[in-house]
Amino acid sequence: MEIKFNEQELQEIEQIKSKYPTEQSALMGVLWIAQRKFGWISNDVILYIADLLHLPPAHVEGVVKFYTMYFKKPMGKYHIQVCTNVSCMLRGGEQIFHFVKDKLKIGNMEVTPDGKFSLEEVECMGACGGAPMIAINEDYYENINIEKVEQILNKLD
Amino acid sequence: MNMNFPKLVLPDIVDLSNIDVYIANGGYEMYRQIIKLTPDEVTNEVKKSRLRGRGGAGFPTGLKWTFMPKGNDKPKYLAVNGDESEPGSFKDRQIFEHNPHQLIEGILIAGYAMGMKAAYIYIRGEYHRWVKLMQKAIDDAYSRGFIGTKMKDTFGNEYTMDIYVHKGAGAYICGEETSLMNSIEGWRGYPRYKPPFPAQFGLWGMPTTVNNVETITNVPAIFKITADEYLKIGATTHPGTLLFGVSGHINKPGVYELPTGTPLKEIIYNVCDGVLNGKKIKAVIPGGSSMPPLTAEEVEVALMDEDSLAKMGTHIGTGGIMVMDEDTDLVKITKRIAHFYHHESCGQCTPCREGTGWMEKILDRILKSEATSKDLDLLVSVANNIEGRTICALGDAAAWPVRGFVTKFRDEFEKRIKPDHSFVAPNVVHGRRNTASTLVFKEI
Ligand SMILES: Cc1cc2nc3c(=O)[nH]c(=O)nc-3n(C[C@H](O)[C@H](O)[C@H](O)COP(=O)(O)O)c2cc1C
Ligand code: SF4
Ligand code: FES
Repeated sequence: MEIKFNEQELQEIEQIKSKYPTEQSALMGVLWIAQRKFGWISNDVILYIADLLHLPPAHVEGVVKFYTMYFKKPMGKYHIQVCTNVSCMLRGGEQIFHFVKDKLKIGNMEVTPDGKFSLEEVECMGACGGAPMIAINEDYYENINIEKVEQILNKLD
Repeated sequence: MNMNFPKLVLPDIVDLSNIDVYIANGGYEMYRQIIKLTPDEVTNEVKKSRLRGRGGAGFPTGLKWTFMPKGNDKPKYLAVNGDESEPGSFKDRQIFEHNPHQLIEGILIAGYAMGMKAAYIYIRGEYHRWVKLMQKAIDDAYSRGFIGTKMKDTFGNEYTMDIYVHKGAGAYICGEETSLMNSIEGWRGYPRYKPPFPAQFGLWGMPTTVNNVETITNVPAIFKITADEYLKIGATTHPGTLLFGVSGHINKPGVYELPTGTPLKEIIYNVCDGVLNGKKIKAVIPGGSSMPPLTAEEVEVALMDEDSLAKMGTHIGTGGIMVMDEDTDLVKITKRIAHFYHHESCGQCTPCREGTGWMEKILDRILKSEATSKDLDLLVSVANNIEGRTICALGDAAAWPVRGFVTKFRDEFEKRIKPDHSFVAPNVVHGRRNTASTLVFKEI
């Protein structure tokens, strides 16, 4: 894919910039748009954004590496995030993580060979009242168990 | 328990997130009222209410507002903290979803009181859905003329402000107020050294106030019922209601709005219907994973407000109550907590960066029954050497729960320990440091 935003995305970026007194403040928002479009933040994306926001590429790279949600490599079409922090652990979060790991035959931060799934063991997602929980891409699934996870995964295509 | 209290933050009104429903229930009326007062009068009323921050530290909100310089020679900003990443906390999310307009109205009142140019609501990146819900509420409020330049016509007052959402991207540390500001400015989320404090040097070097989402959402309610009435709710030195997020081994987990000072026992056994499978309690963390735990005996008598809990050596934090039953492996839980803080340490300060790693390693050894009893003292000593020696409070947040679990539940840890006094390799390095000078170890 060519690393370039379209007209509409550029407008979106102008709008983000207008929220802040400095251009640099728009960086996180622009990275979100880039991840939505390109799937992950490659070196080419870093160079492109650095140019767009008049920032040193090293600065953009530093920010990308600091925040865990910006992907530094291509991830699956469905990114499965399993919380194993305390509240989820108390209700079987770890078992769910191991179940998904075994089912997909991938480890933490790995992608299935067909590129369909990736897996991440995540820290507390702010859904402890619905523990255990997983998130798939942007959606939360709370009060789940192994059977439910299996059903959810089987339904994805 | 006295259940006769108003729900100030999450009232039981269907569809309150809809702007029309909010307006029909008196929404944006409080802002209309308070602009008849001077900004100082507004701040004084908040001060009088004794509202305290809901973000973890319990700092008096009115007092914090008085730290802001007067006058408009510099733009001033409000940063609203919705990072909500402390394990066990899931309350601000309820406000984004069910009462976003009260948050907006609170921001307007705070903005007027301190003469803010704009407010930034920082929402954690994982909350994609709640970012959208909050943005929708803001868009609706703009289109009705409640935010932005149209405020002049809507409210007939010169004061105007803007409100924006800033979406995070996965970093617990960005909930720390100075890290949050760096994050909004497009830097890595490293905490800043204080002083200067945000009221002097905040966002883009301008005077800034940072308040939690729930704190600000309380503000319109205070004006609605008056500070005098607000003071009558809950604990005297920490009045009002709190959003308690209850999780873990509990029959009805969830977020409950209750007066401060409510007995923890009430919350667990009456409000939340007791412990899962009728088990006994072993430990409860009262305010999110940074806070030292309470034992079963302490749970019997604990009252849920800052000063009552402080007397018991812990804190109200974010009101995230994590219940652990009698079968819970507390060594494993402590290790999980230590892992979290190690993972989230930004790495700027040596005691935090290294200490959180050591604590995790020692706990891992204990969990694998490879540790000796001196490791327990070492663990406490590492915790003591992190506390108070770092730029931000993440260091303390890591030290407190570990020390709390080890000291209060020492027998659980001791059961895992080998009688042998030899040390495994990683400790040889540590054993040569001053902090561990009392240790004797034999070559292996
Ligand atoms: C490591 C760390 C994480 C924090 N995370 C949050 C958070 O997610 N939300 C929050 O409101 N405050 C958080 N705080 C507290 C803030 O620094 C700040 O005290 C608070 O937002 C002030 O608001 P308040 O006075 O209304 O409580 C955190 C502090 C530390 C040290
Ligand atoms: S205490 Fe830890 S998280 Fe805070 S600034 Fe220091 S290294 Fe970073
Ligand atoms: S511990 Fe899993 S969502 Fe909070």
